[in-house]
Amino acid sequence: MTLRRLFTLLLVALQLSACGQGASEQKPLSRPKGGAPAYGDALITGSIGEPNTLIPLLASDTSSHEVAGLVYNGLVRYDKNLKLEGDLARSWEVSRDGLTITFHLRPGVKWHDGKDFTSNDVLYTYRVTVDPKTPTAYSEDFKQVKKAEALDRYTFRVTYEKPFAPALASWGIAILPAHLLEGKDITKSPLARSPIGTGPYIFKEWVPGQKLSLEANPAYWEGRPYLDRFVYRIIPDNSTMYMELKAGGIDTMGLSPVQYQRQTNTPEFLARFNKYRYPASAYTYLGYNLRLPLFKDRRVRQAISHAINKEEIIQGVLLGMGQIAHGPYKPGTWAYKPQVADPEYDPAKAQQLLKEAGFVMGSDGILVKDGKPFSFTIMTNQGNDQRMKCAQIIQRRLKRVGIDVKIRVMEWASFLTNFIDKGKFEAVLLGWTIGQDPDLYDVWHSSKTEPKELNFIGFKNAEVDRLLIEGRGTFDQEKRKRCYWGIQDILAQEQPYTFLYVPDALPAVASRFQGIEPAPAGIMHNLIKWYVPKAEQKN
Amino acid sequence: MVNYLIKRIIMLFPLLLGITLITFTVIHLAPGEPVEMQTAMSPKVSAASRARLREFYGLDKPLHVQYLRWLGHLAHLDFGRSFAPDNRPVTDKIVERIPITLKLNVIALILEFGLAIPIGILAAVHRDSLLDRGISVFVFVGFAVPTFWLALLCMYIFGVKYSLLPISGLHSLGYERLSAFGRFWDFTKHLILPISIATFGSLAGLSRYMRSTMLEVLSQDYITTARAKGLRERVVIYKHALKNALLPVITLLGFSLPGLIGGSVIFETIFAIPGMGQLFYQGVMARDYPLVMGILVIGACLTLVGNLLADVCYAVADPRIRHGRG
Amino acid sequence: MSEPGRGPFQECWRRFTANRFAVAALCLIVALFVLSLGASLLTPYDPDAIDAWHVLLPPSAAHFFGTDELGRDVFTRVIYGARVSLKVGFVAVGIAVAIGTVVGLISGYYGGWVDTLLMRLVDIMLCFPTFFLILAVIAMLEPSIWYIMVIIGLTGWMGVARLVRAEVLSLKSRDFVSAARVLGASDRRIIFRHILPNALSPVLVSATLGVAGAILTESALSFLGIGVQPPTPSWGNILTSGKDYIEFAWWLSLFPGLAILVTVLSYNLVGEGIRDALDPRKQR
Repeated sequence: MTLRRLFTLLLVALQLSACGQGASEQKPLSRPKGGAPAYGDALITGSIGEPNTLIPLLASDTSSHEVAGLVYNGLVRYDKNLKLEGDLARSWEVSRDGLTITFHLRPGVKWHDGKDFTSNDVLYTYRVTVDPKTPTAYSEDFKQVKKAEALDRYTFRVTYEKPFAPALASWGIAILPAHLLEGKDITKSPLARSPIGTGPYIFKEWVPGQKLSLEANPAYWEGRPYLDRFVYRIIPDNSTMYMELKAGGIDTMGLSPVQYQRQTNTPEFLARFNKYRYPASAYTYLGYNLRLPLFKDRRVRQAISHAINKEEIIQGVLLGMGQIAHGPYKPGTWAYKPQVADPEYDPAKAQQLLKEAGFVMGSDGILVKDGKPFSFTIMTNQGNDQRMKCAQIIQRRLKRVGIDVKIRVMEWASFLTNFIDKGKFEAVLLGWTIGQDPDLYDVWHSSKTEPKELNFIGFKNAEVDRLLIEGRGTFDQEKRKRCYWGIQDILAQEQPYTFLYVPDALPAVASRFQGIEPAPAGIMHNLIKWYVPKAEQKN
Repeated sequence: MVNYLIKRIIMLFPLLLGITLITFTVIHLAPGEPVEMQTAMSPKVSAASRARLREFYGLDKPLHVQYLRWLGHLAHLDFGRSFAPDNRPVTDKIVERIPITLKLNVIALILEFGLAIPIGILAAVHRDSLLDRGISVFVFVGFAVPTFWLALLCMYIFGVKYSLLPISGLHSLGYERLSAFGRFWDFTKHLILPISIATFGSLAGLSRYMRSTMLEVLSQDYITTARAKGLRERVVIYKHALKNALLPVITLLGFSLPGLIGGSVIFETIFAIPGMGQLFYQGVMARDYPLVMGILVIGACLTLVGNLLADVCYAVADPRIRHGRG
Repeated sequence: MSEPGRGPFQECWRRFTANRFAVAALCLIVALFVLSLGASLLTPYDPDAIDAWHVLLPPSAAHFFGTDELGRDVFTRVIYGARVSLKVGFVAVGIAVAIGTVVGLISGYYGGWVDTLLMRLVDIMLCFPTFFLILAVIAMLEPSIWYIMVIIGLTGWMGVARLVRAEVLSLKSRDFVSAARVLGASDRRIIFRHILPNALSPVLVSATLGVAGAILTESALSFLGIGVQPPTPSWGNILTSGKDYIEFAWWLSLFPGLAILVTVLSYNLVGEGIRDALDPRKQR
């Protein structure tokens, strides 16, 4: 899901979405069960938030993408081992110079309304994505395209200006039905509330505030999904959701670390549910607004990083189920540089750096510089318990070295529009998903600091800019690796973020569901192969 | 009577005006300009649509002009479009949520009155007895316990531990396939917890009020006279006293509504009931100004209507008002 | 008729103490004040001291009420939380009573169009679901303890205003006020010397109940995430942090929950007790 590497999943830890890398650690503990694959039953999942729109191009929230992901397909997708494979594209060729990709589309695929899927749909999707009137966060990758053409009904070709490494992966974007959208205003389309896609599940109904139901697509090109229905229930309170899981009202949810470790190890729970655990493809960070004089001083940022005990955060927030983040990549991937020299926990060093930066201890235990106390607000989003805990631990640690921290929690959409986009924040505690392609141009390049763009902390570093452009302008993995390792060294020095942790995803699924294959990609990758043996079917 | 009604209805207009004025003021306390919000939401909103928005809210105009414009839209029941990404008309969003909130609150209200009145009478008749004390502690516990805590405890006990009742939502999954009675029963089961907790929490006010009115009536001269005449206590209480004690209770009906609607935020969030309270909370957190203003106005108007109905009932029941100062 | 003196007060006190529930409740309230004032003497812990390696420990000799999700001592947080919750209750009610009394006095004493205008304002305010108003204002400004107290106060004065006005109306026509007026006392003197003291008793009752209501409102706001903000402990936010662990870390929700329950209950019983004690009908 390349889409998700962008704006989408800042909210990731809210429901640890099931994309991850590294094998599942805990083998399901349930009794081994037999039963042949059978059609029927429904998977009910719970969500805190209601989707905003089911046109994925316009969506920037997890819920929307979770549902839309089952209704639409891209041209390519990641398989369970996180290798790119064909989705709506049966195959593709990349020209020798890497500038042209020719996709051969799968013939015979039909939209849910019965119309044929053709290259015209792909062309339309491209056009609407780069149309400046379309309010989307996903246009950047497609602006690199020099020419897009539908050669015939089932052949689609794109040509790039210069080599662009994330090109192929970017075509994982959901393809929209041209016959329903072309010539219309996409922001006013009824598809936002009743989508028509090519995916394994057909949209059935959306009861506002209650649930969305999808039904198996009998004509799906990969074969009809076993599970008849997919129901997405909206349950705005976390505690309620967990009780629903235990009472059988929902079949799956992402557990919190406390639930995973302390509440669900009873034989009764383990008989009814399988638990999975694998590192999520996401990290949490404390980011500083570098436009503010306070955070312009690198020593101040380093000092804060020195004052924060990441071990303690992982213990307190994740009960140990996660790893320290040192940079923007996931440990174990090729782009990740082990052992970068980032600030370790050392409060004495922090105090010394702050002294060098001109702060002196005030009478009330708060550092002062030029008559102003060292005080700032950490903002984070509502509904994310882990971030809230994390902020409180940081608040406590920073108080020890004489920094006064306030915490402010805000609703997601208003947080983005009122504070992030306007640069009206001091520090934020947020998360990024880690995409499969290591290109981070959108987050770190100095040209991406305008309002609504992702480098909202205003990080500007000429060397990082150069490495980012070099890294995405070549297909040679060794060369790219050198670039990204270089970037990690600079980030470790500069500390524009204090990288905090990579949490583990901890989903639980009712044990009547069979065919789940934990893999580097998590568990949801083969949803259409999940089944419930006839004898155990419930719904 | 007709005169009275007409007078009451004419009185509604200044009140309505006041409601809109206060709503408008509350929203304009918030820093930032609403349009900025919405246009910022979709970065590529064209200049034309931005102008359209400014036009709609008249934001370039002074505040009083803005208010009058907004009022003009309200007169056509036009609350504008939601700032949420779905950008739907606020009226649509509210209308789809009102029925369930009203249904819940009306049932809770009926239960509240049905229970609180007898409880209050019982307490008054057995004044200062152990029963009276017991009742007062019971109803005050209902008032004093934080609702979300009680709700979660009940969900855990009745839903998880003993699996007697569904935990949240309004319908079970296979609802569509149930028989008519099955549907009714399913729906009822989903409402038991939220409604009983809401009712338990609201008993205190009314039952104590009932108790004190009853006590007041019982101390009146005509009751003493009735007793002196040797009428049986039962007849005195239920025939003579009750009728008069019940009258003022009617007016309370209207005033119970805002409390219940306000409380629906908590209930609807915790029980995953898609009503107006939940919508309001989401709207407030997302700074969806048109939605928030719409719900505030509609919520207040519901109370206004409730009050009017209660007053009319009162007038019908009390001849002094019907003929007298009415 | 006379201004309240020692006699009637003692009489009221006698009647109040006859109500054992109310007395017990009053004792509880006093005890709570003492507890919260002496919080730092009663516990060796810092209410904000995080211990990430000892989260959600059950009650023990070291931690009477166990530890919370960040390893903080729940007992310590509950008694420090008492300060915050009581502060919210009292300041909010103080504001409500002040506004309500002034509006009620002016409205009742002057009558005429002033009265009409103010009472329509009361009617209008009473139409709004109060919790909606509070929610809207706090979420749009920012959740801070001061805003919470002020907003609860600003939305809770209408009852007091009506009570005071009614009392003023009934007192205005009584002999001692007319007498004072005949003797040439100024408006201000009449209001403050003669009317206000007499109108105070219903206000006292309503204030006692108001404190209870404000504590509950804060806990509801905390549940929605816009109550008193961390690390400051309030009963509402401790209870909220415990709601996720209700069936296994019961201590985290039970103690703050009981604290709220018992306190709110006590204020209500005391309020009832005062009302009964002041009620002249009881004398018959």
